[in-house]
Amino acid sequence: MSSSEDTTIPVSESPAADAPSEPAAPVDDLREGLVERLTELLGDGVVDHHIIPGKDVWIRVTADAWQHTAESVRYTLGCRYFGFLSAIDWMPSPWGRGMEAEVDTIVHGKEAKELPAQTTGYAGGDTRFQVFARVANIKDHFGITLKVDAGDETPSVPTWTKVFAGADWHERETWEMYGIDFVGHPFLRHIYLPGDFEGNPCRKDFPLLARFVKPWPGIVDVEPLPGSDEPGSDTAGSDEPAADASAPEETA
Amino acid sequence: MTAISDRQKLAYVAAQASDARVNLELETEGMILNIGPQHPATHGTLRIVAKLDGEQVIHAEPMMGYMHRGYEKLTEVRTYPQVTTLINRIDWVGSFANEVPFILAAEQLMGIEAPLRAQYIRTILFEMGRIANIILFLGDMAVQLGALTPIFYAFRDREYVLNQIEAVTGGRFHPNFDRIGGVKDDFPKGWIEDSLSAMVKVREFCDQMEDLLMGSEIFQARTRGVGVIPPDVAQQFGLSGANARASGIDWDLRRDSNVGLVYGDADWKVWTHPDGDSFARFWVRLQETREATSIVDQLLGSIKGGPIMAKVPRIIKVPEGEAYVATENPLGEMGYYIVSKGDLTPFRVKIRTASFNNVSITPWLLRGVYVPDIVTILGSLYFILGDIDR
Repeated sequence: MSSSEDTTIPVSESPAADAPSEPAAPVDDLREGLVERLTELLGDGVVDHHIIPGKDVWIRVTADAWQHTAESVRYTLGCRYFGFLSAIDWMPSPWGRGMEAEVDTIVHGKEAKELPAQTTGYAGGDTRFQVFARVANIKDHFGITLKVDAGDETPSVPTWTKVFAGADWHERETWEMYGIDFVGHPFLRHIYLPGDFEGNPCRKDFPLLARFVKPWPGIVDVEPLPGSDEPGSDTAGSDEPAADASAPEETA
Repeated sequence: MTAISDRQKLAYVAAQASDARVNLELETEGMILNIGPQHPATHGTLRIVAKLDGEQVIHAEPMMGYMHRGYEKLTEVRTYPQVTTLINRIDWVGSFANEVPFILAAEQLMGIEAPLRAQYIRTILFEMGRIANIILFLGDMAVQLGALTPIFYAFRDREYVLNQIEAVTGGRFHPNFDRIGGVKDDFPKGWIEDSLSAMVKVREFCDQMEDLLMGSEIFQARTRGVGVIPPDVAQQFGLSGANARASGIDWDLRRDSNVGLVYGDADWKVWTHPDGDSFARFWVRLQETREATSIVDQLLGSIKGGPIMAKVPRIIKVPEGEAYVATENPLGEMGYYIVSKGDLTPFRVKIRTASFNNVSITPWLLRGVYVPDIVTILGSLYFILGDIDR
């Protein structure tokens, strides 16, 4: 395995280390070159890409090409460093999102708002679940975020464990949290949750139970403190309550 | 696995065969050894289930989740300023460092940059967090090996740094000090001089550790050649920080992807070690602590006056987009992948923590080692449970 270190083809002649320090150029030769190279290798496998010059690159590939992508970035583009692998659930949360919802519509019996349409981020996406992974080339100092559509109802993508051994735990976590099946993974089993846990907690339609039990403790403090007449009048400062919350928690 | 050399494989097979013969003669069976969840070597609640054959580990499987707090889900219902309170508790020993990459990622999405003085304050506190964190490791590693003295020195000398952090932020462990656009406060009066003398004490501590441990024959015998990680395997598992540098990988995000921090203004060195064993990991961390004190000294000397907050709206809405920013935290690469939909809260935050990747190598690494070495290896990998169970 270590002998193949030498066979790695350099991606480009330009010293990539300089790229981040330069002022953002409109054209990023290094990252354009990466996308071109990957398109050469995968053909139709590359669906879309997005480049922020001088900063980062996102490339979306098809599920069929997912494993081939791993091999290509590792052996040809020299991205031997495995950063992480995870997933995104693009469905808007049915439970109200953020403080714009003001209070939890479900908890307070108000009429549920109509959900906004499902949108996706950089490099697009067609399905509800998207798996994304980050790899880095530590010689030329750049990273790539790779994305793949996983599907809607029974999401599944091929495994990366055959190329990056470290993907094992990441895929287990993603499987547990999002219910995405990784075809070819040696043994998908729970990593954080108890073995008999049902559901996939990080899916947007999985309710956050703490918010059902107690209303959202955000800007408006609905529960008046004992002895105070005006509820929530002194919690309006946007960053001060956060400082209170960090009461010393003696650990270590 | 694949990256073991033939010689190692042969040695392993031979050891297994001789062991199996003994087991056959003695009619022993494999046993399962449960380490943790309350073992001191696990820094919290990591449980390791090791299947043993005699004194050797056949298979070891870490079990996590005793402390999983679901931060990735919780961030989706917190505003950006509120998230820093949560993520303080990921790596609770060097917690200021946890806030920085998140804030930097949010700033990158919003297109704002903190003023230079704020960047200096961030970098100085970041390095102080690193020192406080690694001092604990240096003492703790010795405890794993049965030497109790160093940990008392470590707890004593760590306070010098924690006091300085507390003087600025108000919190020893959970500063919650970094803001989008800058930092909350400036240094108090006389802080710079106090910090410089604290750094002198930290350097004295490093010398003490070197005297106490590095030359010790027992320490060397227990750590040299134990838990060797080849560089290629380290990259596959995404090992970062001192664990990667101890395997000879010259990769430090402070130098190689310098976003929003001013490491470029200081003159310092990235230490690597070619061996990849437990001793190398200890050695690299010791050198890094010294290097960090030198960075703090230099930055304290060259810090200039100026504002500490950029102009940011009172209610922070982050524009739509995605960003991944990682920094070199005490434990390794920590990064936040933020997906924003233009709301007050993030749509999705993927927290990439160093310890999760660093520990994911243990099933591979612990195969074939002897039982006492389990503790050495776990100690030398240095993880914080909050960093695994985030």
